[in-house]
Amino acid sequence: MIDLDDTDRALIRALAQDATQSAGALGRDLGLSQPACWRRIKRLREAGVFRGLRLDLDREAMGFGVTVFLGVKLATKGRVSLQDFERAVSAIPEVQTIEHVLGIYDYRLRVVARDISDFERVLRRRIMTLPGMGNLDANVLLSEERLPGPI
Amino acid sequence: MLDDTDRRILRQMQAAPDVTGAELAERAGLSPATLSRRVERLRDTGILRGVRAEIDWKVLGYSVEVSLRVTLDKSEPRAFDEFAAAARVVPEVIEIQTFLGQVDARLSVIARDMAHYQQVYRGQILTLPHITDVDALMHVARLKTDESLPL
Repeated sequence: MIDLDDTDRALIRALAQDATQSAGALGRDLGLSQPACWRRIKRLREAGVFRGLRLDLDREAMGFGVTVFLGVKLATKGRVSLQDFERAVSAIPEVQTIEHVLGIYDYRLRVVARDISDFERVLRRRIMTLPGMGNLDANVLLSEERLPGPI
Repeated sequence: MLDDTDRRILRQMQAAPDVTGAELAERAGLSPATLSRRVERLRDTGILRGVRAEIDWKVLGYSVEVSLRVTLDKSEPRAFDEFAAAARVVPEVIEIQTFLGQVDARLSVIARDMAHYQQVYRGQILTLPHITDVDALMHVARLKTDESLPL
């Protein structure tokens, strides 16, 4: 596990907010020289602290007014191949995230759609037809906030 | 409003958020000047809110992630607000979502290990106000995380 000091933590927090900031600008905020800041960012990247970058887009302004979380339980009858399900669900463009979970569901999917009737289309044509599909539970997202976490 | 060029830029940025401006301009078939003008406008209009670095909590020593699906006491009009306000101050809560459906809210909770999780769950989650029911989904794997939109 990587050792972090307070400056590293501040850097992680800042990059989690806005990853487009330059090492120079971040360094100025944290009282570091540009090269020192760059070296720290490089060390954090190399340690794998960041999973990747994500564009933060205003979904509604782009015409995607509905986000639904689906809890999926695979059918227990017959032989269900997790790989077949995972491959098929990964190919659906409207499915934004896929998590394999343990509990009352097997998978948790985040699905985006233009409106409720568009969601119905995705659900009927793409989701319900997935191989091994068993039970489904849907919850429409009303609000969402991401927090900095224990850092 | 977005036109096809904007969509093309966002599609390319989504697919590879870490490419340089020059490379992005080439992929989108635009001159660097046009690209930077377009990106600036997308930022100004609030469609592109930013680029965030996603933290890999496992690398920072948080190996457990649990989705807690919460049902709230709706006879209490302030249940949502008070629940969210109290959840926001728990450092291990990294996401709060509210829903329309069977589930009222969901918390993403991370912990160093199961013992730590147990401690957070008992000490800080179960004591949150207005909870009537909680069920837990434990994360096994993430198959898709980029939250990309079907542009």
